[in-house]
Amino acid sequence: MNFFGTIKLIFRTLLARKGRSFLTILGIVIGVAGVIVIIALGAGAQALVLGQVTKLGSNLLSVQPGKNNDKGPPTSAFGIVITTLVNSDAQALRDTGQVPHATAVNAIVRGSATVTWGSQSVDTNFVGTDSYYPDVVSFDMQEGQFFSQSQDQGDANVVVLGSTVSNELFGGTGVDPIGQVIKVRAASQSSENQPGGIPLRVIGVVVPRGSSFGQDEDDQIFLPLDIGQEQLLGIHYLQSINIKVDSSDNINQTIDDITRVLDQRHHVLQPTDVDFTVYNIADAVSILTTITTALSLFLTAMAAIALLVGGIGILNIMMATVAERTREIGLRKAVGATNRAIRNQFLFEAGTLTLLGGLIGIIVGVVVAYLISLLMKALGYDWAFVISLTSVVLAVGVSVLTGVIFGLYPAFKASKLDPIEALRYE
Amino acid sequence: MDLINVENLKKDYFNDGVATPVLHGVNFKIDKGEFVAIMGPSGSGKSTLMHILSFLDRPTGGSYYFEGKDTKGFSDDYLAELRNERIGFVFQSFNLLARTTVLDNVKLPLVYSKKKDQDILAKKALESVGLGHRLDYFTNQISGGEKQRVAIARALVCEPAVIFADEPTGNLDSKSGNTVMYILQQLNDQGHTIILVTHEQDTANHAKRIIRIKDGNIITDDKVKERTIATPEKELVK
Ligand SMILES: Nc1ncnc2c1ncn2[C@@H]1O[C@H](COP(=O)(O)OP(=O)(O)O)[C@@H](O)[C@H]1O
Ligand SMILES: [Mg+2]
Repeated sequence: MNFFGTIKLIFRTLLARKGRSFLTILGIVIGVAGVIVIIALGAGAQALVLGQVTKLGSNLLSVQPGKNNDKGPPTSAFGIVITTLVNSDAQALRDTGQVPHATAVNAIVRGSATVTWGSQSVDTNFVGTDSYYPDVVSFDMQEGQFFSQSQDQGDANVVVLGSTVSNELFGGTGVDPIGQVIKVRAASQSSENQPGGIPLRVIGVVVPRGSSFGQDEDDQIFLPLDIGQEQLLGIHYLQSINIKVDSSDNINQTIDDITRVLDQRHHVLQPTDVDFTVYNIADAVSILTTITTALSLFLTAMAAIALLVGGIGILNIMMATVAERTREIGLRKAVGATNRAIRNQFLFEAGTLTLLGGLIGIIVGVVVAYLISLLMKALGYDWAFVISLTSVVLAVGVSVLTGVIFGLYPAFKASKLDPIEALRYE
Repeated sequence: MDLINVENLKKDYFNDGVATPVLHGVNFKIDKGEFVAIMGPSGSGKSTLMHILSFLDRPTGGSYYFEGKDTKGFSDDYLAELRNERIGFVFQSFNLLARTTVLDNVKLPLVYSKKKDQDILAKKALESVGLGHRLDYFTNQISGGEKQRVAIARALVCEPAVIFADEPTGNLDSKSGNTVMYILQQLNDQGHTIILVTHEQDTANHAKRIIRIKDGNIITDDKVKERTIATPEKELVK
């Protein structure tokens, strides 16, 4: 039996029993689509996690105000602003030698701001930080430099732009952003007392970095900590202190050191006094990994169940086919078909049937994987849409294998039919 | 060398461990080029005998020599090969594949052979039974007589050593039946060996020799003295 003939035969069989065929194919379609999505998800998640780690730099700790019990939301989420984490805390962690494994410590405040250059105006986020920021978070400059220690401590009126902001302000104008003066105004400030905002000179542009943990790293600007705190936000406390640790082996030691220093400075005598939390970025990455792993496991189980259901459907439809074509089987044997030829014919039919479902499943799977990638991007993750050749080959293999495995019994039954009885069958 | 030689051939059917003897030890020889009718009342064991001779079934006793070789040790695969290459079948109920063209039906035995130019062979076989104009018809679009002629073409297509026909006219009107007998006689004239199974004397008279069988025993084995020669339909006259 040639391939084309088999396809025709299968379509005839399928059309003869539409409802059951649809269910049969559907199981295979879902199962194979599941295989495609799982692999795409795995590849996307792996790329994401790797990207997060390389982007943020590994061995990173973050101290944030508020006590975080059992990894629940920080207290500040309930509207209580904790103001006790301050610049001198960052200094103490950096300069007193009490945290020996910290290679860099930087302080951060964040907010949203409107940035104006000439008639161009964009809304973006600002990061008020110090010159240690590039030592903690690894990135390259596209142009110019990040601000120096003297610029930061001297409250120099300087700013470093993320690539998106730079493009929005200067893209298409042909003007080199370096040396231009832009005006920055916090979103909460009214424009009356300082028209246009604080004038800052652009001294650098950061290379495009994509996003991490939901934050678009390119849609922000960096300015000295004091300007951010005093002139834009009007606060004297910090929103986070980032600490780079020299080696992953020393992370736990460093968490202890930080906790000891801050406990002392904040006069923490009992657990209820704790007003800060030390986060390990690696934990966040591992949570993300856990989530995608769980999702993959769930999809794997679903795909397995769908394939099982599809396989049972194949078993069912092939049994019906064999029964219906008993006389044909008898005839084929009478004219010279060996048992093996009959068995192979039905295995081939079952395999082609599931291959058909598999091909539809691949299309569905690719579409679903693409939709997931869109969703992840919308959620701010740097999600790659990856469909590997391996996954397609695997999906085709799985679908054909399902057909062959579940077609085995009907095919075996067909091959063992006694030709005389088969020919007499009504 | 005889084409077929059976010695004391026996067949018992077993149901629930109880043996029902159907053939009680039959003996005969059939030569190449013969046209033999196996005749007897319904239930006498004609089909059983034919199935054994055509390798669809095995005897439970005695010996069957085909083309000089004892068939006892033949494997299932080898029997399938013999059915494909050395045996042609014509059944009472045609047994054509539904929703399949006449040409594809005739090609069916070729699918299991290594023969080349399968389309050409199938067309030639169909032309020899006067159906060269029906190649692309589906089997539900042709008459009963034509169906049986397709079945004969299918039996012929691998150029077998012997063609078995089990009540080939049983489902046909007399005119179509006559045409089928005409074709079988023509094939025999061209050198084909034909073994016909029937319970009708009129049909058996078309053969050259009649083996009468009753309750699993051969009762007579004679040459036909006044052989009926079938007259062809006009369309078949060459
Ligand atoms: N598979 C079988 N099991 C038991 N008995 C059978 C089987 N096939 C045929 N018979 C019996 O064997 C006898 C001969 O049958 P068969 O060869 O078909 O006769 P005929 O073709 O001459 O009408 C009948 O009595 C029939 O009932
Ligand atoms: Mg019979």
